[in-house]
Amino acid sequence: MAYKKPRLAVFKMSSCDGCQLSLLDAEDELLDVLGGVELAYFPEASSKMLKGPYDIGLVEGSITTPRNVEEIRQIRKDCKILITIGSCATAGGIQALRNWKDVKEFTKIVYASPEYISTLDRSLPVSAYVHVDFELRGCPINKYQLIEVLNAFLNSRKPNVATHSVCIDCKLKENVCVMVAHGTACLGPVTQTGCNALCPSYDRGCFGCYGPMDSTNTASLAKEFKILGKTSFDVMTMFRNFNAYAEPFRKESEANEK
Amino acid sequence: MANEMKKIDKNGLGSIISALLEKGYKVIGPVLNGGAIIYDEITGVNDLPEGWGDKQEAATYRVVKRSDKALFGYVVGPHSWKKFLYPQKTKLWEAEKNNKGFDIKPSNGTAVKYAFLGVRSCELNAIQIQDRVFNNGMFADTFYNKIRKEIFTIAVNCTQAGGTCFCVSMDTGPKAKGGYDLALTEVINESGHYFILDEGSEKGREISSKVLSSEASQDEISAADKAVKNAEDNMGRKMNTDGIKEMLYNNHDHPAWALIAARCLSCANCTMVCPTCFCANVDDTTDLTGSHTERWRRWDSCFALDYSKVAGGNFRTSIKARYRQWMTHKLASWIDQFGSSGCVGCGRCISWCPVGIDITKEVELIRETAKA
Repeated sequence: MAYKKPRLAVFKMSSCDGCQLSLLDAEDELLDVLGGVELAYFPEASSKMLKGPYDIGLVEGSITTPRNVEEIRQIRKDCKILITIGSCATAGGIQALRNWKDVKEFTKIVYASPEYISTLDRSLPVSAYVHVDFELRGCPINKYQLIEVLNAFLNSRKPNVATHSVCIDCKLKENVCVMVAHGTACLGPVTQTGCNALCPSYDRGCFGCYGPMDSTNTASLAKEFKILGKTSFDVMTMFRNFNAYAEPFRKESEANEK
Repeated sequence: MANEMKKIDKNGLGSIISALLEKGYKVIGPVLNGGAIIYDEITGVNDLPEGWGDKQEAATYRVVKRSDKALFGYVVGPHSWKKFLYPQKTKLWEAEKNNKGFDIKPSNGTAVKYAFLGVRSCELNAIQIQDRVFNNGMFADTFYNKIRKEIFTIAVNCTQAGGTCFCVSMDTGPKAKGGYDLALTEVINESGHYFILDEGSEKGREISSKVLSSEASQDEISAADKAVKNAEDNMGRKMNTDGIKEMLYNNHDHPAWALIAARCLSCANCTMVCPTCFCANVDDTTDLTGSHTERWRRWDSCFALDYSKVAGGNFRTSIKARYRQWMTHKLASWIDQFGSSGCVGCGRCISWCPVGIDITKEVELIRETAKA
């Protein structure tokens, strides 16, 4: 039997499109990626939209509407391997800030006719609804990590996606620690790497775009931030960001809410 | 011995750098960059951080302007020499698919001749400790040893101690006791600004013979000794190492471990800045077509959760278990494994811990109520 290329599909839930764009941004590698797969469904890239089943499905975006829920259940049925990409899909995204508020209040303010808005009261990751085979973090994701994940699944191996702190990458890059040497509050010690320590490389503290690392101690870091002059409110807003609803960050922001 | 010492000035040091460059060495020395004194390539004496010093405490490092023009008026910064001898990332081998299977191409490592300028005594000891890790008879790491055997080392004896230094406790300084090609002691006093130059090897004598120097007088040598004594007398920290191996072995269940773990971020900064920590991870990568693969080694840490993951699970899931593992290895089981402590008292793990965990204080915390 002739070898059939794996069928790849890319889906979008509630999100900004940035993560699926990362795939198109992978200019040097895109032809190799497309050479290895059959692009069956990727509305952002092609009007050719083939029906499932698919071998690999990439899903961007969080689940925020009843329609998202229906869609993601169908997508799960259609995809052998389901990979979620980006902070929205893996943690609920920046839109999860609404999880602390009454979403109906927002719709009243934003929309002229809020009665037409059908939305859930919380923005949740895809994994809250269906089984996910691999979660690729980041806001946005790192295109090299995305290629690595696709590469790994295409070659039937485990993806090399580290789950340790940003600090290790800072040290691999020989960055001088912004927290110790400049007194800048930095989420790097509790954040999963993936961005190649982008912000500390430019003397900024880490914003936590890749979410909590595998083993966090946010309370100890928050205490140190206060020694550096941050208020509880500052600490709350630092943790309540692109990965606000990821469990360790959610808990720490709530601990500093008062 | 003492009357064989030479004296050079700043220009003489410049000539040493030039002589090394002429011999094909890549000269590495301290430079001011990013708000810290780090180790990087230099081409002359003007690259050195003249007139800069540093202030260090737990979780704090700041460079400060000095009132003099000292070239080595600071202690150790965030970098150590291990990044040159044992680079952060090394390709171990690669393989290419062919019709029958695959061809393995070994990696030859880095062919570079480094001259290290400004190696402190604690750091010389750290290099010797890593020698025992990477070249210990049973096991020799070809990548490490290839770079190691070519290095030229210019030690600098510390004339002041940093806030987190404790080399005196670890018997690793502040005066270099060997393992260098040349050693310098910087003296700044009413009679001028000069360096006492000590030749530690034939290679060192060859380089110093090309440099304009004078014989150091007894007074000048005494002034240098006094300066080193100043460092010795002003250690920022101390560690009581009496029976430390047994103490840690007997106290693996001490309540202090939980207190430390409540503060530890398990971010791995301490292990990255430690000049003796050597743990690595190995990653296999493939290209998209699956025809080319590479095996890479990169620095890893016993604080990373994945590091202690094995088939079937992870045997150090708590931060407490990982901190205890690191400190017990560094100060106790290292002695059984490699014949010496793994700690040289450089203080980096204290300064560069984002929450200021202090290995000297943690040892005391356990010792206070230790089980015999």
